[in-house]
Amino acid sequence: MKEVIHTPVKALEEEEYHINMGPQHPSTHGVLRLVVSLQGEIVKSLKPHCGYIHRGIEKMCEKDTYPQIIHLTDRMDYLSAHINNHGVCLLVEDALQIEVPERVKYIRTIIDELTRIQSHQLWWACFGMDLGGLTCFFYGLRDREKILDIFEESCGSRLLHSYYTPGGLMWDIHPNFQKSVKDFIKYFRKKIKDYDRLLSGNIIFMERTKNVGHLSKEDAISYGITGPSGRASGFSCDIRKHHPYGVYDKADFREILFTEGDTYHRYIARMDEMHESMKIIEQLIDNIPAGDFSAKMKAVIKLPAGEYYQRVETARGEMGIYCISDGNKTPYRIKFRSPNFSNLGVLDHLSRGFKIADLVAIGASLDFVIPDIDR
Amino acid sequence: MNNFFKYFAEIYTGVKSLLIGMGVTGKYFFSPGQIVTQQYPENRKTLKMYDRFKGEVIMPHDANNQHRCTGCGICENNCPNGSIEIISMRIETPEGKKQRIIDKHIYHLSMCTFCSLCVKTCPSNALAFGQEFEHAVFDRAKLTKILNQPGSTILKGIEE
Repeated sequence: MKEVIHTPVKALEEEEYHINMGPQHPSTHGVLRLVVSLQGEIVKSLKPHCGYIHRGIEKMCEKDTYPQIIHLTDRMDYLSAHINNHGVCLLVEDALQIEVPERVKYIRTIIDELTRIQSHQLWWACFGMDLGGLTCFFYGLRDREKILDIFEESCGSRLLHSYYTPGGLMWDIHPNFQKSVKDFIKYFRKKIKDYDRLLSGNIIFMERTKNVGHLSKEDAISYGITGPSGRASGFSCDIRKHHPYGVYDKADFREILFTEGDTYHRYIARMDEMHESMKIIEQLIDNIPAGDFSAKMKAVIKLPAGEYYQRVETARGEMGIYCISDGNKTPYRIKFRSPNFSNLGVLDHLSRGFKIADLVAIGASLDFVIPDIDR
Repeated sequence: MNNFFKYFAEIYTGVKSLLIGMGVTGKYFFSPGQIVTQQYPENRKTLKMYDRFKGEVIMPHDANNQHRCTGCGICENNCPNGSIEIISMRIETPEGKKQRIIDKHIYHLSMCTFCSLCVKTCPSNALAFGQEFEHAVFDRAKLTKILNQPGSTILKGIEE
């Protein structure tokens, strides 16, 4: 007769175990793999594994000329494609000391802010969806469509535009641009009230986000958390304010700062940023000066040998471009400081001691774009 | 006593916030005029893309089957992913001059990232963007296109 071995039931023992969240998980917004160490349902520690969508963009930049690099930066943080392009253009223009026409600066600033709004709209849509409110997803994408139509009319494509070139723009803006932007602002001022009524004041949403994932100002600075996530903790890091580029110095806007630093205030910071972005656009849209849409550039752009650094404020934080040139038409080395990579580092610190459902809320509030992490 | 009232006040505000949210969804449920969904495959006949829409790179030909491409190769050099190949040949014109014309302007749609550098840098405006966007095919080889039409010639006055 076979001997029956009784093994103790392990399920109820208090023992840590590891599970993989991702790489194919709807709430990681892409191919991000998080190895979560759990005790019961409580997150003990967390280890992100990157590289599932690594394409070697920095290496590819080494064989591309400066105008060609633009289309690769689109594909890093695809939700702030215009702003990434702006960074490369500013780097080249500063290195060659080219003064771009005033019209270009105005158009670039307006389009950057439209990009920020559409990025935050998609973030709001996904944030609602991650917390179980699928309706938010439809409303967010419905309003984002209006901005994408504006982009499509002027730039020719909806997501990966490659609209900026060193020295100016690919083409001039479409004649309808000003009218459609003004229509959009009028439309969205009404619709953003729906956002607040649907999600911001919702009791279930507040219970799940308030006092979850607290990040202090000191931690935000030491982890390098920039963008709305850092500003919700009181870290004043808005590059548009501190090192203005474009015509941000001519626009009157407020840097959104909170001191609480929990998930709810990261949410509110982004919602307030949409209002501020609309304020900037309203101030600039009627004052676009006439003129050329591009400065005169040489056919082959060669940067003088040396090191250059340029940073811009994307929808998720500080994007830095560090470039070493040896005087050729291609850069010797390019390094991108992407905001999402730094923001990912804090996820372990934020989610320790919270439940796995809170981890989804915290991750959504940091607003990851995975191709920007891996590049 | 204070806690007692607070408890009920929380229940009241909680239920109120849920009803406000349901009011928003209810508003859209009862106003179908605000539906923005396009019935895509059915509306193909009326669907019009924006003028600048980057569907594919094309080479416009006029009524006499003439194009503007001189075969200079600037688009080929500017393309970041090698999606353009130009095969040119030398011919002798009736006047006795030697001239370079394109034999084939090969465009690999499967490799194109629509950065619009070729269209922008072309010195003779020979390239443009087409509006076609339904590119799905069963065979990848079909995505390699020859942009100059068979028998086409270069427009007079464009020569290098």
